[in-house]
Amino acid sequence: MAHSIYDAVSTAPPAEGPEMELPPHAHSFIGKYVFCQDAKVIAIQYAITATAIGLVALALSIVMRLQLGFPDSFSLIDPSNYLQAVSMHGMIMVVYLLTALFLGGFGNYLIPLMVGARDMVFPWLNMMSFWIYLLAVLVLVASFFAPGGPTGGGWTLYPPQVVSPGTPGVGGGIILMLVSLGLFIIGFTMGGLNYVVTVLQARTRGMTLMRMPLTVWGIFMATVLALLAFPALFVAALMMLLDHTIGTSFFLPSMLNLGEQSEHSGGSPLLFQHLFWFFGHPEVYIVALPAFGIVSDLIATHARRNIFGYRMMVWAIIAIGALSFVVWAHHMYVSGMNPYFGFLFATTTLIIAVPTAIKVYNWVLTLWRGNIRLTVPMLFAIGFIFTFVNGGLTGLFLGNVTVDVPLSDTYFVVAHFHMVMAVAPIMVIFGAIYHWYPKITGRMFNETAGKIHFWMTFLGTYAIYYPMHYIGFEGVPRRYYAYGETAFISDSVQTLNAFITIAAIVVAVTQILFIFNLVWSWLYGDEADPNPWKATTLEWQTPHNPPQHGNFGPELPVVYRWPYDYSVPGAKDDFIPQNVPPEQVEMLPGYAPAAKS
Amino acid sequence: MAIAIALILLLAGSILFHFLSPWQLTPLASNWGSIDDTIGITFWVTGFVFVAVNVFMAWAIVRYRWRADRRAEYEPENKKLEWWLIGVTTVGIAALLAPGLFVWASYVTVPDDAHEVEVVGQQWHWGFRFPGEDGSFGRVDTRLVTGDNPFGMDASDPAGHDDVLVHGSRVRLPVDRPVKALLRSRDVLHNFQVAQFRAKMDLVPGQLSYLWVTPTRTGEFEILCAELCGIGHFAMRGMVEVVEPEVFEQWLAAQPTYASELARAAPDAAAGKALYTPCAACHGAEGQGNVQMNAPRLAGQDAWYLIRQLEYFKAGARGAHPDDTHGQQMRAFAGMLADRAAMADLAAYVETFPEPPPVISIDGNPQRGARVWRNCGACHGSEGQGLQATQAPRLAGQDDWYLERQLENFRRGIRGRHPGDAYGWQMAEMAKLLRDDDATRDLIAHINTLALAAAPAPADPTALARRTD
Repeated sequence: MAHSIYDAVSTAPPAEGPEMELPPHAHSFIGKYVFCQDAKVIAIQYAITATAIGLVALALSIVMRLQLGFPDSFSLIDPSNYLQAVSMHGMIMVVYLLTALFLGGFGNYLIPLMVGARDMVFPWLNMMSFWIYLLAVLVLVASFFAPGGPTGGGWTLYPPQVVSPGTPGVGGGIILMLVSLGLFIIGFTMGGLNYVVTVLQARTRGMTLMRMPLTVWGIFMATVLALLAFPALFVAALMMLLDHTIGTSFFLPSMLNLGEQSEHSGGSPLLFQHLFWFFGHPEVYIVALPAFGIVSDLIATHARRNIFGYRMMVWAIIAIGALSFVVWAHHMYVSGMNPYFGFLFATTTLIIAVPTAIKVYNWVLTLWRGNIRLTVPMLFAIGFIFTFVNGGLTGLFLGNVTVDVPLSDTYFVVAHFHMVMAVAPIMVIFGAIYHWYPKITGRMFNETAGKIHFWMTFLGTYAIYYPMHYIGFEGVPRRYYAYGETAFISDSVQTLNAFITIAAIVVAVTQILFIFNLVWSWLYGDEADPNPWKATTLEWQTPHNPPQHGNFGPELPVVYRWPYDYSVPGAKDDFIPQNVPPEQVEMLPGYAPAAKS
Repeated sequence: MAIAIALILLLAGSILFHFLSPWQLTPLASNWGSIDDTIGITFWVTGFVFVAVNVFMAWAIVRYRWRADRRAEYEPENKKLEWWLIGVTTVGIAALLAPGLFVWASYVTVPDDAHEVEVVGQQWHWGFRFPGEDGSFGRVDTRLVTGDNPFGMDASDPAGHDDVLVHGSRVRLPVDRPVKALLRSRDVLHNFQVAQFRAKMDLVPGQLSYLWVTPTRTGEFEILCAELCGIGHFAMRGMVEVVEPEVFEQWLAAQPTYASELARAAPDAAAGKALYTPCAACHGAEGQGNVQMNAPRLAGQDAWYLIRQLEYFKAGARGAHPDDTHGQQMRAFAGMLADRAAMADLAAYVETFPEPPPVISIDGNPQRGARVWRNCGACHGSEGQGLQATQAPRLAGQDDWYLERQLENFRRGIRGRHPGDAYGWQMAEMAKLLRDDDATRDLIAHINTLALAAAPAPADPTALARRTD
């Protein structure tokens, strides 16, 4: 075969930019762990904060499930705080947990290490990004203590309802929510610029774009999407804040507030929905693309096989990213927008299924003819594929405008989006945490606990969400506190809801085991091998484990090959790290060093 | 290995579940069988992919499981295979999309012979308007909405005078005749969903949206709001009754037109005074209520609510339940009122009564009650003053023993479940918030504090006598 991106070359091209100057290594506790500019520490700060607020959202989901599974049983759950739990659960999980964990957490930890940089290019800005994120989280938490509590208007914050008096949290709750979102976006932008510029400018010698691990591609593309999509949410939040505080009318037409004429006139509730989903749909991919990237690396590493169709995988990420900006109104088929939009958005939405399907095929084809090690990360990767295929396929129901009509606003939608953008990415997050845990902590996690965690989570979440689709078929609407006496909803729906609630409680409790495993292993786990999975990418080739300030010691690594040289024919080991020059590869006896070309 | 077996079992279980599940699309009652067909196509195509991909993956996991003496195959890409897969996927996607777009084209194209009904959403009930004999709707404006003009009708537009106004959340439609539903909201977003019709669409304040449907079988079909609209969202119910065309025409002719509402004479309190004579025996000469007679206070209650309840009593929508002994007594008296005009006169007279200070007879924990109250206040007003917009009566100042009994009646389905009670279903569902008698008493204790706060300060504090029964 002629020279291709898959062939190692001994003359590595120069790096994109000069080597950066690091801020001096801090020695005080505060400098090292609190106001730290090292991306690895910032990553962990992001991850811990996101996990902490994520646990709050998990608890809120149990509140909801208790009410749905056992209505009229819990006197503390009433329609107001049920809606508040629904709203805050959704918002926290999507924005404050998934987005922050993938980009702020994994992005910060992995980008510099995987592209061979010493740190993010703007370390101080990176630190500020975390502190503003933390502030956003604190403002969000404060909304729970505002008079009237947090907003109960749904995570989509649709006006006029979310700012009208028939909704819980119209006092301080919604204001704090909007302020918190604004802060989150400001903080994210600081981090996001860092990730993009680092990927574009700080890659080490030989790390061409087409030699980047798919993890970096996924996070990079997701960050580009986020930088373009979040401003839409920012202006929407700002306009809504103005509507609600000083009485502007961006989104509010002349209307009544519980019988009182409002002062507003001329605003458009649909304008908000367009702005929200112009952000909100790319947001799905802001969560999904890092998951796509990371899971590709998990599968390749643990199946000991090159990722199948790397170039197609990269182009699929780019295509999905681009298409994700022209599908937003598929969330609005029955919103009352001009219905002729349905033709356009159904078409674009179904087109996006093609690059997505390619990714699925290539993951499965990577397993095919691999040499599969069923490690904990690999189990989660397989769990991801199964869940994602399920959730992706139900997207073909909802994306196809006609099919969407009877199913929209029912539990089918809830089941679909939890499958595809909650459980599937969370599977990747768990897999990724187990995968990089030995690198981050220098310790090995308890594998038995990891496997129990996998089985309970994988089977448990499927038991929650697969049957839930069928509640949606029956036409049961979502965001209902109770169903009361409704003729077309069969009594057995209640039985099924009780079953789902029990499964949800089991899954939630299982996460305690996960957290315990992380903490216990960090304190008492066995010391980990620096490259326990025998992986090729640069983060496993650091001179210290865990990597120290500056990541790579005195000399930055030089990259000679793509990141998926697993099981290269003739090579002695079944992996060749990216920084090993062709002439240093140990070959099996009987193979000439240049056998491959 | 275990994971491959698990995948196969999950697949088999999912397929079995699909075919054995009792939870399927509700039996269709409209022309939108084509929507069901697109769902069916999507099921087969996606189901095939779901099984194929996962069986292949499970097989690969077993076939290519780890062996120390084996190497994975090194094959960075296979252009031919990849393009084949892209091609097949594209064909599959097109097979899903094409029928979807065809059906959508008919979904957005209303047949020329469709008749029209306007659906008005408001927190948290429905209203309906038919265009009347001239076939066109009169002008409406949200700014014109008042308690007595909930549709916001513009009296200066003659086209509106023959419009038929359906107050309350039940509407009838003729079977086998296409109908275009014009959807508007006077407050927040709502969504008109009738599961058996398949069609649904949001109601958006400030604009009109629409859907069309041909009901294909007679029966009662629930309208659920499918767009989050606040605390009462889950209890925003309506009912479509699909009937034979002649039944529909008769029903429509019996509904009031806007002109007939405009022509209503102003209520006459003096005439009401004469009508009140039989009431006074139980409710007291000035409507102050009498616990011994099981007659609640009327003084201070709004006329619109009194009229509606009198209509319900007379029609049997309230008080007809066999367990509602006191309601049955009241039915006899309501039957003595000739028509709505008489009820309005009577209510106008009741409105002239001075309001006596509240009488407290129930103990409870008002702090605990306040927590539940925030749900109640959404409809009844935060001070319990009652809101005509939400059709929720005044509670503050009402006799607390009466509130307790009515809450009990709602909880037990004695009141509110009659199909003629437009807003009772909602209250019956809301009353379930009160999990036990203590919760009811706590809530009433809170309402009593609202009553005391609103009452003019009595000159003599002991005037707020505790009733000892």
